[in-house]
Amino acid sequence: MVRITRAIDFSASLRYARPELSADENAALFGSRARHHGHNYRLEVTLRGEPDPRTGMVLNLKDLQQILDDEIMARFDHRDLNLDTPYFEKDPPSPENLARVIRRILVAALPDGMLDRIRLQQDPDLWVDVIEPEP
Amino acid sequence: MIELTRRYGFPAAHILRDASLSEAENQATYGKCANPNGHGHNYEVEVTLTGPIDARTGRIVSPDLLDRIFEERVGSRFARKLLNDDAAFRDRVPTAENIAIAIHETLADEVARRSSAEVVRVKIVETRHNSCISGELA
Repeated sequence: MVRITRAIDFSASLRYARPELSADENAALFGSRARHHGHNYRLEVTLRGEPDPRTGMVLNLKDLQQILDDEIMARFDHRDLNLDTPYFEKDPPSPENLARVIRRILVAALPDGMLDRIRLQQDPDLWVDVIEPEP
Repeated sequence: MIELTRRYGFPAAHILRDASLSEAENQATYGKCANPNGHGHNYEVEVTLTGPIDARTGRIVSPDLLDRIFEERVGSRFARKLLNDDAAFRDRVPTAENIAIAIHETLADEVARRSSAEVVRVKIVETRHNSCISGELA
């Protein structure tokens, strides 16, 4: 068994906000993260499996890049996570929550059992790993 | 499983030297790191936590709380200090291994006391050429 990793970068803006709270309450709960701000995210996607005996590949990197372009870049790159995606109407777009959304999208898009883990890096000093199996 | 990692750093001096050993034995064991006048590094510290995600805040731990804990327990204690002077290294040589273990221990206690998260590992990057992890890999 081997693991291969492909990385992509996307940039997005966000605000931490809960819809049931007022602007002041959100500011008290989330501090400066309640303000409109942004990150250059880096996503590392690690797949596991046996290389295909003919091609020598777990998954053709061209196909993996296509999946990442269609499923991740198209949804998140140069978007606002709160306004341009449907995932954060109730829950704040913390790196934990964003990583879990991305993990769900990739599990659905990739061949069964191939996803091993993802690392979502919000900035050089903070990142989240989601490691399979994840409930 | 989900893990959150935050990276910190501090510059510090240390001397790798065991008082119970002779000069020749210290030189043989620790080489140039045994220089009695000391030397220093820009230590990088990667702190990895796991735990339930708070449904309200979306966080395993508040990064602001983690930053405060790190500053109280590690930053203010080790930054621009000689590590050998710290109580943690009274009975152990401040190798990267022992620094990783000492920081892991102190952060694990404080994080468990002040949040629902758990410190699973601490990685110390001493130089571009060596690093050490205390705790289990995922």
